[in-house]
Amino acid sequence: MLKRVGHPVDEKGAAVAIKDAAFPVPFAPGLEFNSPVHGNWNIVHTGMLMPEARQIYVCADNCMRGVVLTAAEMNAADRFSFVIVKEENLLNGNLEDITIEGVTDVLNKLEEKPKAVLLFTVCLHHFLGCDLERVFQELEERFPKITFIRCYMDPIMQKHGPTPDQKLRKAIYEPLPKRKADEKAVSFLGSDFALEKNADLKRIVRAHQGIFRELPECKSWEDYLALSEGKLFVSSYPPSKYGAEVLSERLKRSYLYLPGSFDYEEITAQLENFCQAMGYGKLEETISVEEEIAACEKVLEKAHEVIGDTAVAIDYLYHPRPLGLAKLLLTHGFRVIQIYLDCISPEEKAEFEWLKEHAPDLQLIATIQVKMRVLPRTSDEKILAIGQKAAWFTGSPYFVNMVQGGGLYGFDGIRRTAELMEEAFTEEKDTEDLVVRKGWGCESCI
Amino acid sequence: MRQSYRIIPIYTADVSGVCSALYELGGMTVMHDPSGCNSTYNTHDEIRWYDQDSLIYISGLTEIDAIMGNDQKFLDDIKEAARELHPKFIALAGSPIPYMNGTDFPALAQVLEEETGIPAFAVPTNGMHDYVYGAGVALEEIAKRFTGEKTGRIQARTVNLLGVTPLDFGPVSHAEVLKENLKACGWKVLSTWAMGDEPDAFLQAGEAEVNLVVSSVGLRAAKVLEEKFGTPYVVGTPIGSYTERIAKALEEKEQIPYRKDRMQGRKERKVTLIGEPVIMESLAAGIEEKYDCRVEVLCPLEETDGLLADGDRWVHGEEEMEEALKDAEIIVADPLYKPICPKNCEFYELPHIAFSGRIYLKKLPVLGKLV
Repeated sequence: MLKRVGHPVDEKGAAVAIKDAAFPVPFAPGLEFNSPVHGNWNIVHTGMLMPEARQIYVCADNCMRGVVLTAAEMNAADRFSFVIVKEENLLNGNLEDITIEGVTDVLNKLEEKPKAVLLFTVCLHHFLGCDLERVFQELEERFPKITFIRCYMDPIMQKHGPTPDQKLRKAIYEPLPKRKADEKAVSFLGSDFALEKNADLKRIVRAHQGIFRELPECKSWEDYLALSEGKLFVSSYPPSKYGAEVLSERLKRSYLYLPGSFDYEEITAQLENFCQAMGYGKLEETISVEEEIAACEKVLEKAHEVIGDTAVAIDYLYHPRPLGLAKLLLTHGFRVIQIYLDCISPEEKAEFEWLKEHAPDLQLIATIQVKMRVLPRTSDEKILAIGQKAAWFTGSPYFVNMVQGGGLYGFDGIRRTAELMEEAFTEEKDTEDLVVRKGWGCESCI
Repeated sequence: MRQSYRIIPIYTADVSGVCSALYELGGMTVMHDPSGCNSTYNTHDEIRWYDQDSLIYISGLTEIDAIMGNDQKFLDDIKEAARELHPKFIALAGSPIPYMNGTDFPALAQVLEEETGIPAFAVPTNGMHDYVYGAGVALEEIAKRFTGEKTGRIQARTVNLLGVTPLDFGPVSHAEVLKENLKACGWKVLSTWAMGDEPDAFLQAGEAEVNLVVSSVGLRAAKVLEEKFGTPYVVGTPIGSYTERIAKALEEKEQIPYRKDRMQGRKERKVTLIGEPVIMESLAAGIEEKYDCRVEVLCPLEETDGLLADGDRWVHGEEEMEEALKDAEIIVADPLYKPICPKNCEFYELPHIAFSGRIYLKKLPVLGKLV
């Protein structure tokens, strides 16, 4: 079934050639469309990474519905509870009471108490000036064995400050205690996905018999607490930077922000910094950059032999650096024609300028602009989509099914991307079945 | 405590109800909210979103605009979108923060209508009620404004089905079964509110002999159509063999037939149904008649006035529902109720999109074929 509504519309305002695009926001803000692509992680998915913890939300029905069913769809309803805010709670000004008593009621009903509660308050708490200090103080007195974590689902604040996602990636590490640093250990923070086994950082740590800790691999509360023992804190996912910086300052640890990149020089510089910070000496003593690059070139060449001149569309959800990926592919002979994004990361300013000059007709296409609901989602030619949104907007069953950079990193990340592209090009996928599932990589019972 | 929930979810809320009811009518529905309402709606409450286009958007309200009372951006963004997309109408739906701020949605709708020439209306939602309210008020507005003038012409043995959305009935093919059931009893459906028809079908709604409220979502519209066109209405869902009884009620203009049926001859062995009042009461009547057992309906939705049979109950919240179910022998409900049902009860799954969303979509029953 495919129905179109309204008048025929053109792409103006929803798509622009990069040569004409403004940085960092190429499209005028306005009403927003939300596509049926849901592989991105939301605060519920990320919160579930915390072992032996329970999430409790306090909000109105409409906001609640999305989070409670996120938990249900990932088969984690037994780690999720909530308290509904009613009109009378706003009018009576007793939001503190309903929050305290509601959370208390939930916890009293649990046969086994969690080690931690991620308590999410919302826009309403903020606007009504709810005394959150009192709320948390009271709950901590009532349940002294439970660690209460201050989390926020307040998207009304996200255009002028940290998003709820960024705040959660800070909050989730707040219970980490001050512990003695383990000289062999590195803690990788703020990512939803464990790094792949052969990701550069892991290979380097392994070569030095070090310990690599990351939240997605924590199975117990004690595993989680051990994250604080890292000699060095590292993060690579952009929304994790804010929280990781705060944590490293609090625990007095060195911190490196090493964002996933598709640029050989940047990756090399990151790995050199990492080796230095860990006391591993020069990077070349651990891995050969020349060999790493040669291996990347080989895999990219092989992928290009298979994919050839097929059009490629990339989206921002596949990786936080879509422009960098486009540059890499264009410089290796791939025909990248579209990038789906709504704004450009400040980290990609250089790539933006490069693409403006070397690929001026490359199309930047919005994902939330109102016309994206009704513009055609088909193509006359085969398109290799890199990312779920690119797949849906182009109507392509040939797509790389991954979000947020997955567990890819470094030279290995480039090779894995090329391999995934090749695989996606040859194997048709059921786009509708895959992209609508929430939280790529999580269990999904739909 | 009524407001705390340990394990079960909540029903679709009012904002999603508005969007669902208006989905196929060619208008543009705008949720005034920062974020989240749109994703929640199209992920969990809207099974048509993947490939059936509808102009449903969110305003992306920001803190500064909310505090400063800056409605102009909201208006400008809507006008810009309307200029590009030419919707047949504009519907505004509010969420908690605009409710708290006292945003004057009717006034904003009036401004939009005057400045764009496109009919505009506000649905007074605040994200704190269930879908029956939101969808009901949305259809009420459609009945008031988009059904044309009274012509006096009545088409014999015709009905409008009021209150049909995927939230209660699933895909359009399931809704078609309701029409087929009625057709088999000699009744033709003029329009279905609101899925499966072209928007213009509403223009002849005033010519129906009678309106059939198949879920509580349609009740408000029925009352408007009664006042506007003098069309009587009947409340009940044409489920399987119970359709014959509904058809008889349509002929006799008997308003809520199941209430009378449900009061007759209570047998032993109790079955408990949980869900939307009109559908569950109709199903209960059908089960009682066919299986000779006693049925109790527990309704967790807000709008039940006059819709429940004697002995049936409105139940609010998880704790109250768990208490109400503690002695239940046989339970027919959405599978997500199972964790609060007695361990030794017989549980029959009756997935309901308005409760469990798309989780059981592949197992969704065709309500019209149930008994």
